Amino acid sequence: MRVLVCVKRVPAPGARINITADGQEIDSAHLAFTISPHEECAVEAAAQLVEQHGGEATVLTLGPAEAEEQLRYAVSVGMTGAVLLPTDDGEWDPQRTAHAISSAIKELESSGGEFDLILFGNESADSGGFQVGVRVAYALGRPMVNGGKALSIVDRVAHVERESDSGRETYELPLPCVIGVKEGINLPRYPTMKGRLASKKADVNSIVPVGQPGGLWKIVLQRPAETKSETIILGTGPDAAAAVVDVLEAIGVL
Amino acid sequence: MLRPRSSTCSKQSVCYDPATKPNPGGVAVILVVVEHDRGALSPASLEALTAARSLGDIEALTIGESADHLADQLGAYGALTVHQAHNEMLGDYGPEAWGEVVAQTVRALSPAIVLACGTDRGNEVIAQAAARLDLPFAANCVSFRPDAGFEVTRLRWGGSLLENASLAAEIKLVTIAHHAVDAEPATVQGSATPAPFAGSLDSSLARSIVSGRVERQAGVTLSTAPVVVGGGRGVGSPEGFGPLQELAAELGGVVWCSRAVTNSGWRNHTDQVGQTGTRIAPDVYFACGISGAIQHWVGAMASKNIIAINTDREANMVTKAGYAVIGDLHQVVPAITAEIRRRRT
Repeated sequence: MRVLVCVKRVPAPGARINITADGQEIDSAHLAFTISPHEECAVEAAAQLVEQHGGEATVLTLGPAEAEEQLRYAVSVGMTGAVLLPTDDGEWDPQRTAHAISSAIKELESSGGEFDLILFGNESADSGGFQVGVRVAYALGRPMVNGGKALSIVDRVAHVERESDSGRETYELPLPCVIGVKEGINLPRYPTMKGRLASKKADVNSIVPVGQPGGLWKIVLQRPAETKSETIILGTGPDAAAAVVDVLEAIGVL
Repeated sequence: MLRPRSSTCSKQSVCYDPATKPNPGGVAVILVVVEHDRGALSPASLEALTAARSLGDIEALTIGESADHLADQLGAYGALTVHQAHNEMLGDYGPEAWGEVVAQTVRALSPAIVLACGTDRGNEVIAQAAARLDLPFAANCVSFRPDAGFEVTRLRWGGSLLENASLAAEIKLVTIAHHAVDAEPATVQGSATPAPFAGSLDSSLARSIVSGRVERQAGVTLSTAPVVVGGGRGVGSPEGFGPLQELAAELGGVVWCSRAVTNSGWRNHTDQVGQTGTRIAPDVYFACGISGAIQHWVGAMASKNIIAINTDREANMVTKAGYAVIGDLHQVVPAITAEIRRRRT
């Protein structure tokens, strides 16, 4: 089984996100970088599938040269190949990103054979566009569902579960297909010593990304207005219970 | 492709009675894509209709015959016309089939704006339509400025940051962030004209239609529960969640936990609410032993009332909450449950 996982390098923010003076980026001077959380779970899902079914799992990212760090991390937790689509002109918009990724996938498939399964995160942690995976799936003519919180492959059918307001929905997509997964689908493993060594030696395949800018243009980033509320302290310790229940009664939830 | 109803509109994939066709020289047409689950309206769609009223004339789109009965309700929220897509494939939700219906409706109507609520389904369907139409899509907007070259403000980092962006396209595809506006019926009560259309969809679109369900036994979920009891690192152990569960059950609510909790192995990872993008808005949110990291705060800030329970008076969640109890959640939470039971007997 051949699996491809598409990930994004994002900063790991703390209690407060600061913006650069020109308002174009997050000030990441003091921040570490990571794989966007949903995608970290996609990497884990790919590792588990390859353990069960055999085959290989490739990780791909579009981003700055430094994103090699995230590719190597993914190799350290079970990916067997890594592909970088290097950019050096800041963030790419979703249409351009999707075009570059689907073109790169076609190139990889023409030499290495079709990917049975392509995984994305539900949405990227930083830009939250909710669309790159969907656009790539459409460009490749493959079925896609987003939001997967359980995934298994039986007889070349992907069984996907996702949450709905009334419970869980299941989908059965024939391979090859594209699935977006959500945090909570699994608990990503930590790298082993063997994995770390493998990641240092791994070859990172570079493909020049192609794509014209799309129609969603970032103008400026801003921090939301701080909501300053006066906190009413209802009491200290268990003695505060009566005051809490008074509030619940006043709100009308009792 | 949706099949034309008559030979007079054979170039179009979707066909309408002339009476319901938009006036090309008139007010901007806003196509609102209505979210429903086998006929049960998602309240999020009423937020989308409310937001759309300030932008132009609303034409709503419902997908599947099961939603036909929603027309009156959509009219009360400002829809002038409800386009009703009928096809045997549309008995249940499928992102590709729904996205294709939206794309074909957009081609037929050429609306100025296509708008849905930024729920999981809303974002998925508009993304599918955007891919098919090769148009840009701005997800989770909180405001629109149609006069300024169509600038939007949209959520990044689940709302921890905002982005001003311009959407350069003839037809603007957007979702409005869930809970960004309160749903309000239109002041002028109108009735929506139903405009059913039949069509055929390519059989390949059936590949991603819901194939089965596990219905939840209790009727509440994180998005519908009136009360959410959240537990963080301060809960300390798997057993520590017992009292939280009891309090939630007493109030007909649900428990959620942070990623720190599942990473510690205290709760199954399936109970985890992600740090990215999940937004809740219950009547009451109990934040138990949660410090209030920014991603958690933006996910919970739409709650109507927040009661923080924390030993640290200076914790982020305590200073931002409307109400707080300073103390050990292991003592405070059971005391609240006991007090509720006492008053009920």
